[in-house]
Parts: sequence; C-alpha cells; structure tokens
Amino acid sequence: MSGTGSRSASRTGSRPASRTARLSARRLPRILWVPAGIGAALLILPLAGLVIRAPWDRVAELALSQGTLEALRLSLVTGLASTALCLIFGIPLATILAASDGWPGIVRRLLRAGVTVPLVLPPVVGGIALLLLLGRRGLLGAPLLAATGFALPFTTPAVVVAQTFVSMPFLVLAVEGALRGLDRRYEDAAATLGASRWRAFSRITLPMIAPGIAAGAVLCFTRALGEFGATITFAGSFPGVTQTLPIAAYLGLQSDPDTAIVLALLLLAVAVGVLLSLRDRWTGALR
Amino acid sequence: MTARRLSIVIAAGALISALMLSGCSSTPATDEATDPAGTPIATGTADELSGTIVVDAAASLTESFTTIANEFMELHPSVTVTLNFGGSSALATDIVDNGAPVDVFAAASASTMKTVSDAGLAEGDPVVFARNQLEIVTPADNPGQIAGLADFTDPDKVIAVCAVEVPCGAAAQKVFDAAGITASVDTYEQDVKAVLTKVELGEAQAGLVYVTDALAAGDQVNAIDFPEAAGAITDYPIAPISTSAAPEVAQAFVDYVLGDGASVIAAAGFAAP
Repeated sequence: MSGTGSRSASRTGSRPASRTARLSARRLPRILWVPAGIGAALLILPLAGLVIRAPWDRVAELALSQGTLEALRLSLVTGLASTALCLIFGIPLATILAASDGWPGIVRRLLRAGVTVPLVLPPVVGGIALLLLLGRRGLLGAPLLAATGFALPFTTPAVVVAQTFVSMPFLVLAVEGALRGLDRRYEDAAATLGASRWRAFSRITLPMIAPGIAAGAVLCFTRALGEFGATITFAGSFPGVTQTLPIAAYLGLQSDPDTAIVLALLLLAVAVGVLLSLRDRWTGALR
Repeated sequence: MTARRLSIVIAAGALISALMLSGCSSTPATDEATDPAGTPIATGTADELSGTIVVDAAASLTESFTTIANEFMELHPSVTVTLNFGGSSALATDIVDNGAPVDVFAAASASTMKTVSDAGLAEGDPVVFARNQLEIVTPADNPGQIAGLADFTDPDKVIAVCAVEVPCGAAAQKVFDAAGITASVDTYEQDVKAVLTKVELGEAQAGLVYVTDALAAGDQVNAIDFPEAAGAITDYPIAPISTSAAPEVAQAFVDYVLGDGASVIAAAGFAAP
C-alpha cells in the first residue's frame, strides 16, 4: 500500500503542492470504493497469505541459516550497487530526456522507447539480450574476453548489470516526471544572476527534484532486490556469487517450500521497510 | 523428416485403434516392432473422445511430448491438449500444494512423482515410460577442450549444471559423487534447458544435460558420453491426475504415451524402461 502511495506521490508531489486543494474522500463517488477495495485486496491479500502461512516456529532458524544470510547479503550489496549506477547514469539521462522536446519527433520517440523498453520486456528476454551483448561471445563481451581474459557472466558484477538494466527506467521516469513539473524560472533566475550551467543544475535543479530522485532511487532499489529473470539468465546462480534472494527463493521452492516462504518474507520485509522509510522522508522533504 | 513423421502418424493411428480395441491396458508397447507395417488408416473417424486436458511434463520432454500431443490431437480432433513444461519439482509443487488444474503428470524423476502420488493425486500406479541419463555437452567448437568428467574439476573452465533441488541437478551430484570428484561449478541453473541454453550460447564451456536434450540441440552442441553417467539413470514416470475433469481423455493420453508414443520417445533418445 505504501508502495503505490509513494509512487503516485513522486509524480505529482514535485509540483508545487500548496496550490492544489486537498481532495477529501467524502466527496468521491461511492461506487469507487468497490473496485478500489477489490484492487487493494488483490495487492495486499497474497502478502497476507504469505505472512499467515509462514512457518513461524522455524523462521528464525531458517532466516539465520548461512545460505539465507549469504543470499540476503548478496541481494543488498548488488541492489545498492545497481541503485548507485542508476543514479549516476539515470539522472543525466532523465535530464536530457526532459529537455528533448525540441528534437525531431522520431529521435525523441526512439530514445524514449529505448529507455522504457526494459519496463515491458520479460526480464528473461532482457537477460538473453544482455548475454548477446556482454556474454563471452557477445558483441562487446567477445572483444573484452579476448583483450582482458575477463568475462562478465557468472560474476557478481553481472548481477549488478542485470539489475541496473531492469531498474534504471524506474529512476529515469521518476526523475523526468519531477523535472517536467519543475518551475523553470528558478533556473532562469540563477542563469541571469551569472551562475554557470553546471552550478545552476547542481545547486538549483537537483535540490528541487530531490524528492523525485529519492522516490526513483527507492523504486530502483526495490525492483533490483526482486530481480529474478534477467539475473538468472545473464548472471547464473551460484551461492554467494550470483544467487540473490529471489533466485534462492525460487530454487528453495523446489525442495523446501518453508525456506522459500522465509526468503520471500525477508524480501518483503526489506522492501516494505525501504518504502515506509521513504514515505516519511518524502513528506519531510515536501514540507 | 516429414516422411518419417507421416509414417509415425500412420503407425500411431493403427496402434491407437488396436489399443482401444484391446481395452486400453496400461502395458507399455515394448518396441517400434509393434508397428503393423504402416497400414493406412483414416485418422479421427468414429472418435468419441472430447475435452481439454493439461499435461504437465518435465522440461526434458519438451520435444517428444509436443510431437506426441500433436499426434494425439490429430487422432482425436475434439480433444485439446495443453502442454506445460518445467522443472519436475516445480510442476509437482504446483499440483500438490497449489492445486494446479492438471490432468496428466510426466515427471523426470521417481521422487517428484512420489510427492504427487503420496498426496493421493495420481490415478493408479505411475508407470515408467522412459529412462534417461546425463551427457556432457560443450559448445560445438568445444572452446574449453573438455574431454570428460575430470575436466569439471578445473576451476578455469566455466561449468553449468542444474541446481541440486531439481532432478537433473540431483543426478549430476550423484555422478560427481560416484566419480569421486568435486566439480568446480560456476552456475546452478533452474532446469535442464537453462543449462543447455548457457552452453549453446557459449557462456558455459561445459554442462551436464540429459542425452535427449543434447540430441535435441543437434549441431549447436558437442555431446560427450562418459561412463559415470550409468550410475545415475533417471526414470520418467507418468500418471493421470485423479482430480482431472476429463479422466477418459487423461487416461487415453497416458495410454498413448505408453503405446504409440514409445517410438517418438525412443526417437528423442530416451531408453525404453
């Protein structure tokens, strides 16, 4: 529930909030409550099922087992690394996209489609595409292997690449949305007062879109945390190296469902924790 | 290819009618020798079977069961067979824990079938219809110069096998244990087709897959037999699921696999039970 809440907040919240009057639930058509209730139930009840069915007497033992902790550590490290990469490459990309209105339509549309495609692509297909580019026989991977003897697949960096591939669109869309809602007069004023382009961008633009960046980063991190298809296809699955929590949960399901449920609970706990913490900081940033 | 397929279909038509006349016993046809010399028989006439069934089958059965299902549907035009392939353990979990609406289950190990029959969901005793064993596969040009199972201990080679949680991974572990080696594995894949894909794409220099998968991959991979494989023969049991809404169709499909399907299964590289 907090996930959808903060997501919509990230889109609209970066606009000057003071001018919009608050919408009161009392004035909504009553009929909206029915589909809204069904929708919320569809999203929340499966998670409730997971929590209720969890083998609580064994949770501590299973969650603290070496294999689980290894998978958790790997997921956190790779998730943070890919979120960092998303920020480094995604913010500039979003900035340029937000300023691309004057470009020829076809260029703009192709660029936008390219950036958005990982959102709609089945992750496994994304993993295969990554293999064809960066694998041992890939377009870039083969020359890299010949030159350095290093191949990306089956390494932890490959997990980070796969996660970055699937999660960067979330950051780009969140940041671009924030940029488009920005009041450009502040940047103009900075420029008139003699600020360099970089200074205006780093001191005016970035702080103003900080909530959008934070929301995008959290979406990136949680998406990276849950990444399965592209990771197992591109990076493989080896405990402690490439076997992240979702992969461990999937394999666990084949032999010991209890372990899988506990792994899923762990994932859920981390994701909900992150989303809740965002919500607070988020409203703090808006005030 | 088409000529062979046609003759299989004709033989299939002949055999299924023979089977139906003899009361559909679940005795597996032993060989292709039961082929009654390709007597042309019009398929799909006077057929009262109808309905839709879902067949859950192990990933390694993808090619053979696709062919068998097509033949079966040609014989019974009012029947629709929906195939669902995956790791046997995941399929069994779906059936037992999640109540997946499945009519026939064909597993790649006795143990995964056992979870289904222990739950009382198998109709009758599961029957073994095929046997399979592991084979080493490498990319066609064998860049890792893999010669046998001993190369699997070399940490410089990129090795892909199934995760031990799935039958092909359990078989791989058994083979390593029997050979007394500690394999230097780089990735534990979720099913046998994933291992094959890694090898086909040249990402893994060697992998362990079933003989049938290596055969299905054709020229894309180079297959190497190894003696230790004999220590981990995998049985493939099949059974109708007792909750089926179309039990006659489910039973007829199982009978077809045990009867006419045997030639398709043999052609895919499986050993007869």
